[in-house]
Amino acid sequence: MVRISSVVLRLAVIGVAAVSLAACAHKAKPLPTTAPPPAASQPSTPMPPSTPGPVTNQPTGPLPGSAQDFVVNVGDRVYFDTDAHDVRDDAKPLLDAQSAWLRRYPSVTVRIEGNCDERGTREYNLALGARRANSVRDYLVSHGVTAERIQTISFGKEQPIDTGSGEDAWQKNRNAHTAIVGGAR
Amino acid sequence: MTRAVSLRERLFALLFTLLCAVTALAIALPARADIQVNVNRGDVQPLPIAVPAFGGQQGADIAQVISANLQRSGLFRPLDPASFIEKDLTAAVQPRFADWKIINAQALVNGTITVEGGRLKVDFRLWDVFAEQQLLGLQFTSSPENWRRVAHKISDAVYERLTGEKGYFDTRVVFVAESGARGKVIKRLAIMDQDGANPSYLTPGDSIVMTPRFSSNSQEITYMSLRPDSSAIYLFNLESGRRESLGTFPGQVFAPRFSPDGGKVAFSVEKGGNSDIFVMNLSNHASSRLTSDPAIDTSPSFSPDGAQITFNSDRSGSPQIYVMSADGANPRRISFGTGRYTTPVWSPTGEFIAFTKQTGGEFHIGVMRPDGTDERLLTTSYLDEGPTWAPNGRVLMFSRETPGGPPKLWSVDVTGRILQPMPYPGAGSDPAWSPLLN
Repeated sequence: MVRISSVVLRLAVIGVAAVSLAACAHKAKPLPTTAPPPAASQPSTPMPPSTPGPVTNQPTGPLPGSAQDFVVNVGDRVYFDTDAHDVRDDAKPLLDAQSAWLRRYPSVTVRIEGNCDERGTREYNLALGARRANSVRDYLVSHGVTAERIQTISFGKEQPIDTGSGEDAWQKNRNAHTAIVGGAR
Repeated sequence: MTRAVSLRERLFALLFTLLCAVTALAIALPARADIQVNVNRGDVQPLPIAVPAFGGQQGADIAQVISANLQRSGLFRPLDPASFIEKDLTAAVQPRFADWKIINAQALVNGTITVEGGRLKVDFRLWDVFAEQQLLGLQFTSSPENWRRVAHKISDAVYERLTGEKGYFDTRVVFVAESGARGKVIKRLAIMDQDGANPSYLTPGDSIVMTPRFSSNSQEITYMSLRPDSSAIYLFNLESGRRESLGTFPGQVFAPRFSPDGGKVAFSVEKGGNSDIFVMNLSNHASSRLTSDPAIDTSPSFSPDGAQITFNSDRSGSPQIYVMSADGANPRRISFGTGRYTTPVWSPTGEFIAFTKQTGGEFHIGVMRPDGTDERLLTTSYLDEGPTWAPNGRVLMFSRETPGGPPKLWSVDVTGRILQPMPYPGAGSDPAWSPLLN
């Protein structure tokens, strides 16, 4: 069963990879040299031919201090072991980066959401998710983020990010998600 | 072993046998009321019963609801109406027993419906066919749209007369109806009759609702509502539709359950990541703390006399079941088997605590005595969770999930032999069985 689903998963991953390769190949095609014909709704008055402007190479990443900046450049989720709420060693660099980012943008407030996999019962998982959220909260506070900026909530097993049924999905669903609730650019 | 026994004794014996789960009755064709009782292993035969269409308006519908109830109990085997020889029985006339003996109907339920002044009047009789004896004759009156409840009350009367135990058919189930794709599930409180009829929504799906539970008066439920910015425990009156929050607490509140008298709610309060059990007196909203342990303490459930509370704690290092006095004194662990135990629920009769158990990658619904002895697992699946007791303590309802599938409502009897999906087609979780309606 597990083997079958991991094969299926692998096939799915290959499928996704193939699709993205196709997308890349499409993008890499040379652009047509002639301008596209004007749309029918365009005014008949001839427009001055558009001259291509200078191509500047500005970074187009998310605005520093924005929620998107936090998600893309820092990371908003750390993962836990089964039925555990201790911050794992592999989660510490990300939480260090979260606390550094939150110290840099002191007006930002966050909500840490504790999540669990489906391999537990509803009420116990609410309690377990609360522990996970508070583990992350405590870590951030111990790294200089003021406690008043952090609220916590447990979603138990109600908000899986991976709806699959297998260890890969369950691992993803055992997490604490740091959501920005205010003060971001 | 041969002896003469009444139908009721036979059904009682059947129940007892199911309960013991040691031996079984094999019922041979009886001559008159002399019944051959063979003690046999692994062959429990439900009692053949005939429920012909009642005379009068909706007579076939009422008989059908009664048959379905009795069949789902697992203790009765309603016979195919096509095999019936005597037609058009009325409650006023004794049936032709020979016609029912020949198809081996051990018991017969018949009735007549009349409408008087816009009211439905249902007369019914229960017969011991081989003893040629009336066991029960009752009359119910109701408004015509309540005909299903009349059928449920007749089912309860038949069940009680033949088994010696209270029925559970005139009851309702509150549960969480689920819709939408996995990961984006909309959860709404819903209520239906115990046979899946008359389902309706109680909440609009604007927040995640969980773990509804009935009060002993069966008109009030308590449940948990979860939103990113606020979670709360609510009391919800089914008659008035009025909803009231239990109040605000320093952290998250969850896992509410009424005391047997309906005067209190026990629940968990989380603070700083630690969950403890509290109890609130509903008359003055004063709450007191029952546990103060750094471990998870949740899922409180009162004993039927209100003196004790069973709950779930991981203070030993893994989730296990505990029992304490209702004031929080003398907590003691009662589960010691291999695995993780959660969701303890005291049976209405007091004799068992039902639970969810995780072991070897599978989930089970099980029961044990309140002192932790006699543990029995009744089900096994990918994910079974959250048992609730029928008011007579003989049947449990729970939710079952298959990998990737939506949760469905299932029931199992306390022996584990009668396992079946509930007659509700939708996805549902967190069922709670009502007491018998008035």
